[in-house]
Amino acid sequence: MENRPLEYDYTVAKWFMLTTVVLGIVGMLVGVILAWQMAFPAVNLMAGEGLAEYTNFSRLRPLHTDSVIFGFTLSGIWATWYYVGQRVLKVSMAESKFLMFLAKLHFFIYLLVVVAVVGSLLLGISTGKEYADFEWPIDIAVVVVWVIWGMSIFGLIGIRREKSLYISIWYYIATFLGIAMLYLFNNMEIPTYFASGGIGAWYHSVSMYSGTNDALVQWWYGHNAVAFGFTVPIVAMIYYFLPKESGQAVYSYKLSLLAFWGLMFVYLWAGGHHLIYSTVPDWMQTMGSVFSVVLILPSWGSAINMLLTMKGEWQQVASSPLIKFMILASTFYMFSTLEGPIQAIKSVNALAHFTDWIVGHVHDGVLGWVAFMIMAALFHMAPRVFKREIYSKSLMNTQFWIQTLGVVLYFTSMWIAGITQGMMWRAHDEFGNLAYSFIDTVTVLHPYYTIRAVGGTLYLVGMFLFAYNMYKTMTSSRRVEESELQNASPMGA
Amino acid sequence: MFHWLEKHPFFFAVAIFVTIAFAGLIEILPNFAQASQPVVGTKPYTTLELAGRHVYIKNNCMGCHSQLIRPFKSETDRYGHYSLSGEYAYDRPFLWGSKRTGPDLMRVGNYRTTDWHENHMKDPAAVVPGSIMPAYRWMFKNAADIDTAYAEQITVNKVFKTPYNTEIPMADGTKATVPLAATVDEAKAAALEEAKVIAADMKDQDVKDAVAAGQIPEIVAIIAYLNSLK
Repeated sequence: MENRPLEYDYTVAKWFMLTTVVLGIVGMLVGVILAWQMAFPAVNLMAGEGLAEYTNFSRLRPLHTDSVIFGFTLSGIWATWYYVGQRVLKVSMAESKFLMFLAKLHFFIYLLVVVAVVGSLLLGISTGKEYADFEWPIDIAVVVVWVIWGMSIFGLIGIRREKSLYISIWYYIATFLGIAMLYLFNNMEIPTYFASGGIGAWYHSVSMYSGTNDALVQWWYGHNAVAFGFTVPIVAMIYYFLPKESGQAVYSYKLSLLAFWGLMFVYLWAGGHHLIYSTVPDWMQTMGSVFSVVLILPSWGSAINMLLTMKGEWQQVASSPLIKFMILASTFYMFSTLEGPIQAIKSVNALAHFTDWIVGHVHDGVLGWVAFMIMAALFHMAPRVFKREIYSKSLMNTQFWIQTLGVVLYFTSMWIAGITQGMMWRAHDEFGNLAYSFIDTVTVLHPYYTIRAVGGTLYLVGMFLFAYNMYKTMTSSRRVEESELQNASPMGA
Repeated sequence: MFHWLEKHPFFFAVAIFVTIAFAGLIEILPNFAQASQPVVGTKPYTTLELAGRHVYIKNNCMGCHSQLIRPFKSETDRYGHYSLSGEYAYDRPFLWGSKRTGPDLMRVGNYRTTDWHENHMKDPAAVVPGSIMPAYRWMFKNAADIDTAYAEQITVNKVFKTPYNTEIPMADGTKATVPLAATVDEAKAAALEEAKVIAADMKDQDVKDAVAAGQIPEIVAIIAYLNSLK
């Protein structure tokens, strides 16, 4: 009995894999529509004048950001949690009826929240804070989902066989705690319906903080939602999936310690770099700048640790598209965490802030690092949860190159667009007057917006290839034995 | 120590929490009470302006327009005096935005008129050739939510002591008072009076008829809000 290998239960992991793929496509499709709208404003009317309210750029934009952050990425985080958690803690979900129930509840309440979010954003019901757009009833549901996930994490940890927590678990715990703290404080709001004795819309609320304070709390949240949504859990994934897939041990334990605790301490300070030259106190802006630069250290610590894990095994990058995805993800992580600090330096920020360069930075991070890593994780999980080989290796390779080209077109065009616009805003003529009217700085961007839209479209095409490959893997790929599932994932031609 | 923590999940979680909470305590708390005190001339929003602000949020205008003028010559030349913290004292939420696809709107009330906004919202490219801003024609049809704006006024007055019905010092030495209506009906009547002034400067016959019939379309509310940004 004791010698029999554990049978892990991947039911909930599979469900979240499904929402990762579906919400990824939805979020990125909306993103592509937005990109084409910026290049060709007529696209705002794609569904006719009657529906223009719901298809125009401004109404769709939060739907894009929230569906890729809270749809695609969160689903990916949970899909991997319900897979990785069991395996590194050496305990099966099937061993606890209670934890299984919690996990299923987690999924279904999450689905309800997704539906509520899509509906309310399309109707324009919003608190007005970026990535914290949800009104109070949805916020409460989000908190419930989060608490359930927390119970699931600590419940599974509570019944674990492996006493020592693997690095990935550190990062999952940090994700849970970080987002919990940030989300709660940033979404402090008072429902006006109740405070006014039953007047107006029941779902409307007003922020507890005003003006500069609100901005401070919002960007403490906004920046660190990136930290604990786009960095910490993704690092959790790469620490598990890269060593697993490559069969290599993590290069350095000490480096992972330094990178983890460094990241925990430094990241939160960096939020101030969103507020440089704003009305928050100068010393906070400088703190934001300085800590953003320091942040290179722990970020690169993890990334280098992952690259060195491949030491002596670099031929795998050429032979396995799955390793390719992860290595490129890690490389984009390094790239993006160098670019961010550069933009956080005050003089650079003066140029870059409010321009498309920031948009470019976000996307080389999320498309190149976050999404690549999540897709790699799902590819690695697929043969293990479906007991079938990955349907097509060549399709994976095709997807990899199409999407890489998409990301490159995206960030290069946005760099040029951002720096061009920033320079034009500040340009003066020989008499000291502004050289350009604002509209000049918009029309000049048309070619770059078009290139960006092409890049985004390529990435979306890659998403469809990914979805197709996953679907075929799930339904009709060759069945594999447990013995084939050691390290490198089995793939069909 | 780290090895020990890795075997004790509870203490591990506590250690993480303390580490991440540190920055917030030091960066956010010290200035919290001082920041967001109004400067001379900063008034709370009227019911109609606040309803307009809700239209602004509903349509995510801050997705493309900032309301934050940085202290650079190029920005003060283009948009007016740089922003002061106290000017935002009654902004819940703040609407600084993070991207300038379109120009800053912090002081748009100083250099754009009701007439300009009306034409621009209907067809931006007709007013500004080359503009990539979409048209907002539904604002001419949808009714503004005055009830909710009034509920928010009551809330901020009650909870945050936002000074309605209070004399507020203006920059020119005079005093101004922003009234808070006693009932919803009074608030609606006051908003309608404000709306009539805006509608008088507009050309759209449907909007004029609606206001004459006692309704307030979203476009009137958002123009009232934009005109108040100075």
